[in-house]
Amino acid sequence: MSDSFTMNEAQPRLLDTTDQGLIGAPLDRPEGALKVSGQATYTAEYHPEGMCHGVLVRATITRGTVTGFDETAAAALPGYLGLFHGPEFLRNPAQGMAGKAPTQPGDRVAYHGQPIALVVAESFETARDAAARIVVHYDEQPGAPVDPETAPSEEPDDRTVQGDLDAAMRKGAATLDRAYTTPGHAAAAMEPHAALAEWEGDHLTLHGALQMIRYNKAELADAIGVKPEQVRVLAPYIGGGFGSKLGISAEHISAALAARALKRPVRVVMARQTVFDAILRRTETAQRLRLAAETDGKLTAIGHEDRISNLEGEGFAEPTAAATQFLYAAPNRLVRKTISRNHRTPSGSVRAPGEAVGMFALECGMDELAETLGICPVELRLRNIPEKHPETGQTFTAHALAQALREGAQAFGWDKRTEPGTRREGEWLIGMGVASAARTNMLIASSARVTLTRDGALVETDMTDIGTGSYAILGQIAGEMLGLPIDKVSVHLADSDLPGASGSGGSFGASSAGSAVFLAARKIRDELAKRLGCAPEDVRVDRGQVTGDNKKAALADLLVEPIAMEASIESGETAKTHFSSGFGAHFAEVAVSEITGEVRVRRILGVFGVGRVLNEKTARSQAVGGMIWGVGSALHEELSHDPRTGHIVGRDLANYHVPSHADIPAKMEVRFLEERDDHANPIQSKGIGELGISGAGAAVINAIHNATGLRVYDFPATPDKIVQGFMEHGR
Amino acid sequence: MREFDYVRADSLDHAAAQAGPHAALIAGGTNLLDLMKLQVMVPERVIDISRLDGLDTIEADGPGLRIGAMVRNADLAADPRIRADYPVLARALLAGASGQIRNKASTGGNLLQRTRCPYFYDTAMACNKRAPGSGCAAEGGASRMLAILGTSKDCRAAHPSDMAVALRALEARVAIRAPNGTERILEMDQLYRLPGDRPDLETELDEGDIITAVLLPAPALGSSQSYRKIRDRASYAFALVSVAAVVTMQDDRIGKASLAFGGLAPRPWKDAQVDAMLAGQAPSEALFSKAADTLLAEAVSDAGNEFKRHLAHRAMIAVLREATGLAPASTGTDLVGEPA
Ligand SMILES: Cc1cc2nc3c(=O)[nH]c(=O)nc-3n(C[C@H](O)[C@H](O)[C@H](O)COP(=O)(O)OP(=O)(O)OC[C@H]3O[C@@H](n4cnc5c(N)ncnc54)[C@H](O)[C@@H]3O)c2cc1C
Repeated sequence: MSDSFTMNEAQPRLLDTTDQGLIGAPLDRPEGALKVSGQATYTAEYHPEGMCHGVLVRATITRGTVTGFDETAAAALPGYLGLFHGPEFLRNPAQGMAGKAPTQPGDRVAYHGQPIALVVAESFETARDAAARIVVHYDEQPGAPVDPETAPSEEPDDRTVQGDLDAAMRKGAATLDRAYTTPGHAAAAMEPHAALAEWEGDHLTLHGALQMIRYNKAELADAIGVKPEQVRVLAPYIGGGFGSKLGISAEHISAALAARALKRPVRVVMARQTVFDAILRRTETAQRLRLAAETDGKLTAIGHEDRISNLEGEGFAEPTAAATQFLYAAPNRLVRKTISRNHRTPSGSVRAPGEAVGMFALECGMDELAETLGICPVELRLRNIPEKHPETGQTFTAHALAQALREGAQAFGWDKRTEPGTRREGEWLIGMGVASAARTNMLIASSARVTLTRDGALVETDMTDIGTGSYAILGQIAGEMLGLPIDKVSVHLADSDLPGASGSGGSFGASSAGSAVFLAARKIRDELAKRLGCAPEDVRVDRGQVTGDNKKAALADLLVEPIAMEASIESGETAKTHFSSGFGAHFAEVAVSEITGEVRVRRILGVFGVGRVLNEKTARSQAVGGMIWGVGSALHEELSHDPRTGHIVGRDLANYHVPSHADIPAKMEVRFLEERDDHANPIQSKGIGELGISGAGAAVINAIHNATGLRVYDFPATPDKIVQGFMEHGR
Repeated sequence: MREFDYVRADSLDHAAAQAGPHAALIAGGTNLLDLMKLQVMVPERVIDISRLDGLDTIEADGPGLRIGAMVRNADLAADPRIRADYPVLARALLAGASGQIRNKASTGGNLLQRTRCPYFYDTAMACNKRAPGSGCAAEGGASRMLAILGTSKDCRAAHPSDMAVALRALEARVAIRAPNGTERILEMDQLYRLPGDRPDLETELDEGDIITAVLLPAPALGSSQSYRKIRDRASYAFALVSVAAVVTMQDDRIGKASLAFGGLAPRPWKDAQVDAMLAGQAPSEALFSKAADTLLAEAVSDAGNEFKRHLAHRAMIAVLREATGLAPASTGTDLVGEPA
């Protein structure tokens, strides 16, 4: 990307001057009607001529070597086509943005549930039956550590040490030293992981449920030993990812290998149980938070240590303390991580890796410290907002925490919050809680092409839409820049033959791919200016008319020759001098049954500063989705592991609880603050989805304390834990 | 999924004649099909009784009601007679599964739904219920959802039904048709076996037996009825613990109390001793607490499901308080109003 635009300085707010009414408008997603009427074709829904079906075989030992497969019983089934395994098989999915194959273990098994082979048959049912009939011989290596508490561990060397935490803890007027635990989480995307592989000569076309096409293409090529040019990846519709489809996984590789061998298209759709077994989970965490403050609430020390787990050799480590590193000021700081190397399904990115679980400790700790100090928890946070990034000294870009806390408190009726355990309605104890929201904002290298003809504009990039609204917002950016109504803009996404974008991950997709579209459209405006005969900075494109320097022309008249422009963006100096994060505040009101310990969230409000809002409706949906996940991680979500094998127990959505509708209050409100992030990118926007989850669960937990007087330190706050708390207090 | 033959029965005789050691009836299919996909159940023949005439009606049966085995859970919960005279049943039904599943699920199928023990569901794990003699992986495993009463060393699986718990409290009986066409009527405790050393044998049904109806006795006039289900989320979750109660007061004393419990045992659980302790007594916290202690006296739990004791104790007392008028009636935790 040599002619790439580099984000070296704040950019003018062009989108505040274009005035076409598209940017920010709550437009429907253009593919929405297709999705709800079954016309959007997902990976598993293609039926090419001659397609056969693959089902993965999972390992049923925790550690060891596969010494052989006996396929006699399977091969006896009519329609059985074969068993595929071998050195190209993956141990686990690629981590996000790996761009190369993950570990290819050969015949080694590293966790119970690891996909070790693929069975292919004429029908899905036969393949599933055949997979169950494969007899696998192992040389088992017993005693594999599966408990993160006792497994061997290592400490990466990126710890933060500033000042003297221990000394500050000794001197603090008020201190807190608490241990918290969070369980593993599954991404729980609605669409199960799926792949459809087809070879034409030595060229592979792969439909996959994938979030990051550019990286996925490279990973796939590397894994099966072909050149990237021989691979085309397509993922026009994806039924949710939440991090679980960042990198290629067993279904893609095995489908590609089997399709090559059989010379037929092969489809592999994971059963829900396989998704739990074989797709990266969020690690469980054990955290220790230490805080010290003066009597006025000024923090003097923040220490956040955590233990996470992953399989040997996996580079990903949940950045549990990510928000702790910049949310509050304090001269004495310690951030330290331990990675336990165990043999559970390996961990990776799931919904706001880091903040989603780390902010439980930080924000519940702040709540408890506020109580110790006798300071309102909103006020305590306001008193500790740093001037600059406390670790790096970078200048913050638009920083909305104070405003979000103040406006949120006002809107929520925070002044009506009572002392813990004092508000009741029948058996229900009522309380309110608050937490800050923070999620680092990023700009990831992205390219896009925009073509403008007399018929309208076409936006092309390999950016994905995982249900988030990429189709909508990328069209809105192009329409806004080029003076076109939205129905004159079409958007083609998620084809690796198109210019490569960030993909969907880390909440950076809209801003990164959106900036590339913006820049491509800006180049088109420059060309229009040239064709009109005015300076590029003077050109206005307004509802089909191009004006500038007292000249005027119909857009169509300037488009005798279509204009196609490609643009790329990458982050630059501003990412070094400045630190960009979404900020916000969560408020929750809960009712807790004094008898059963069941918790019902009655109201929830999120106030967020996310830079420019590109589409009010899709932005709100992202925030709402995040907040719901927050409720889920506070109250419901929990991966359970067998203590002997480490495998995930209860591998379906009946047992793995995400919130049901009845768990989410009708009174769920989202407010966006008017904000522009000039240093983030040229469209002044920031990530949203993951900001919605970051801190949301802590607001719920803090509300439980306000309702009951009890503190929960081990999440989720299921009825048994709350009842335990009641009983300890003789209630 | 294994290949299987599908037979749509055109009469009960036909259905019974198709029965065999490797055959299964299918009603709503909401449980059977899930288990077949996972190959936890592998019938070679599936006999569809869902379209048989006469199985999907609710009829007067003397002073009580006869509920056909194919009456859908949703229809049963909505029936005005059930809502008025047997509200505990309507509430238990509505506390179970989801609207979609209740539209499909049948009365007979609900009674005979299999356990949700995760080890029963995982064919890579030992399970005496699924594969007799293979062992019990749940022993020493993840035990949160397992039973604490009526278990054996070979099986700790809990029965998951809500409906059956309410039926047990209502002292309903089950009508079973034998292949020769004769009908026999069983109490619910006669229908369900405890696991002992044969957890694979869950009921007293013989090959070819078909549940044709559930029989409700006369309404317990003047009774207070309630169902309280404690679960890990507000809807669409199996009970950690549930309590169904039908209580009739005589002046200031408890005339009759019939309690049943879900989530605790391999079958909807009733303890005659508990009911007997309550009958004729003046309601009090001390009495309720003693009765709850009695209920749980034989409970066997581990660190993972110890909490069920406490939940059961608290829920039972709360239900009795309301049913006897010591506390105002509530909807339990099923419905929580929006804040004012
Ligand atoms: C996600 C999910 C959540 C659920 N949550 C709950 C819950 O919270 N509470 C709850 O109580 N239930 C719950 N259920 C279970 C649900 O209630 C049962 O699946 C349903 O009631 C079974 O009825 P069916 O007609 O579909 O049975 P089927 O699946 O058709 O049959 C179940 C069994 O009964 C046998 N059978 C059926 N009819 C007869 C008959 N007349 N005579 C003899 N044998 C017969 C079948 O052979 C089979 O073995 C849930 C189910 C799912 C899938």
